[in-house]
Amino acid sequence: MSGTAPGADRVIAAGGRAAGTTRRGQAVKFAVLLALAVLFLLPMYVLLVTGFKPFAEATAGRAWLPPRQWSLQGWAAAWEALAPGLWNSVQMVVPSAILSALLGSMNGFVLARWRFPGADTVFTLFLFGMFIPYQAVMIPLQQMLVSAGLMGGLFPLILAHTVYGIPICTLIFRNYYAGIPQTLIEAARVDGAGMLGTYARVVLPVSAPAFAVTLIWQATSAWNDFLFAVFLTGPNSWPVTVQLNNVAGSMVVPYNQQMAAAVLASLPTLVVYLVLGRYFMRGLMAGALKG
Amino acid sequence: MSTAEPAAGGAAPAAPSPAPRRRARRGAGRAAAWLPGLLLVSPSIVLIAVFVYGMIGWNTALALSDKHAPIDEGSFVGAENLIALWQEARWPAAVANAVVFTVFFVGGALLLGWLLGLLLEKGIAGEPVLRTLFLAPMAVSFIATGVVWRWLMNPAPAERATGLNALFVHLGLDFLVNDWWTAPNLGMAAMALPAVWQLSGYIMALFLAGFRGVPEELREAARVDGCSEWQVYRHVVMPQLRPVTLTAVIILGHMSLKVFDLIIAIAGKQIVADVPAVYMWTMVFDVRDPAKGAAIATYLLLAVAVFVVPYLVWTVRKERSEGR
Repeated sequence: MSGTAPGADRVIAAGGRAAGTTRRGQAVKFAVLLALAVLFLLPMYVLLVTGFKPFAEATAGRAWLPPRQWSLQGWAAAWEALAPGLWNSVQMVVPSAILSALLGSMNGFVLARWRFPGADTVFTLFLFGMFIPYQAVMIPLQQMLVSAGLMGGLFPLILAHTVYGIPICTLIFRNYYAGIPQTLIEAARVDGAGMLGTYARVVLPVSAPAFAVTLIWQATSAWNDFLFAVFLTGPNSWPVTVQLNNVAGSMVVPYNQQMAAAVLASLPTLVVYLVLGRYFMRGLMAGALKG
Repeated sequence: MSTAEPAAGGAAPAAPSPAPRRRARRGAGRAAAWLPGLLLVSPSIVLIAVFVYGMIGWNTALALSDKHAPIDEGSFVGAENLIALWQEARWPAAVANAVVFTVFFVGGALLLGWLLGLLLEKGIAGEPVLRTLFLAPMAVSFIATGVVWRWLMNPAPAERATGLNALFVHLGLDFLVNDWWTAPNLGMAAMALPAVWQLSGYIMALFLAGFRGVPEELREAARVDGCSEWQVYRHVVMPQLRPVTLTAVIILGHMSLKVFDLIIAIAGKQIVADVPAVYMWTMVFDVRDPAKGAAIATYLLLAVAVFVVPYLVWTVRKERSEGR
């Protein structure tokens, strides 16, 4: 539905079709790509080089030079500042990713394979939920949580990421389950399996890849979120993005520590991306209905 | 949009086979067949109804009230808050900033993403490494991006320059030294740079899928007809990329209008880089005026809904008609 071609990630991975390209054309292309790659790497270079400088060296004059003396000072200080936030993020990301993936799986199964009248309308109404600016629900959400006495701790954040993650998870699972042959579903029905039986015996066992995609997508979005975090958590439960912003926003924190902190806060999602890039990519393609 | 193995992705036909559909149409008599499905989805329906639509309704009611302090009761005042925003100095400036940001962010990411897709589409040495690199910024938060780019775009003048300004001075490119996001008119164009850096890899992936989705036979046919490679792109490939382009514009546009994290990480609440989402935040936390905050949020929602709703209706309809 995004307008991307079928099996986009596999198509992307296919590559290698050099028809109509000359050698020289190839070389020019490669040169341009290389130049762009260098530009893309600049911020990453700055992060690492500055992070490894000792406090004394993190100055304007030597900004672009590698450290004279490699140091872990910045990393140690950043770790100290971010450790509580990292732990809060882990505690918040894991349950909300699992919950929205489970709900998404059930919804996706029903909307693709066990439909009810009005299923399309429900699906469209769900989809709108992933495009809304969350600002439009934030003030009431905050008020509701306050008056219900639920503010404080990580619960509000887990709730928000779970609920607002339902649309994208539903979309991913629905498209995934649409690929399960209807004959399999029918066969289970003929064998007398009810809806839950069909779901548990036919659908769930083949769902692992879709779970990988949704879990990675949800975990990454929740880990990187800042908006819900500043509205719904207090100092003791700030996730890592808020703490990183506080570290960086403070005028007294030296650059080496700021850069090290930015790397530390990004490392978990970057590692997931590098190791499980295939699934990350599929989430992105599915999220072509999301930003 | 591809998802995972069995789903051939694309305009994923939620292909209900004819059988269950007929059953569904026969209605109440066959309700036993579909009711369990509805029940299984109902927890999510309730959650979405309450947390998406209920909250939007509540927010709208707030925006139309005079609840200007958290303890106020608040009674209905119509569009008063929505109109009043335009009569102050800050709001139109924030909107103008968001518009400039959007133009440069959407335009920049679209162009760069398209260019990267074009350069990579026929395969090239080191393609997997390049793809991984260009897409990597998507995995990190806007806050982390903002931390680096605030350093890179430090507006200090040449003699005590840091970041990119210092690099320009080192390289003898002093004329490039500039005020970045603190420039009064086009500062928001500089603010769009980190966003372009972060999102163009994603757009590259979308376009790459689009380019490679164009059947080779189509291109071959055009070449046989005597088209140059340039003409093949111009007349055969580009027209096929329209849906992908639309998708990309929708994704970038809706992110752009509500931009928040990036601005906070780079500029904090400095008025020169004010945008509606930051304004709303200060209304809630500093000024503590729920009605005004809600009014700003309402505008954000409207700005996004105006183009997302037609897009959603269009895609779901298209999918219905192709899915058969």
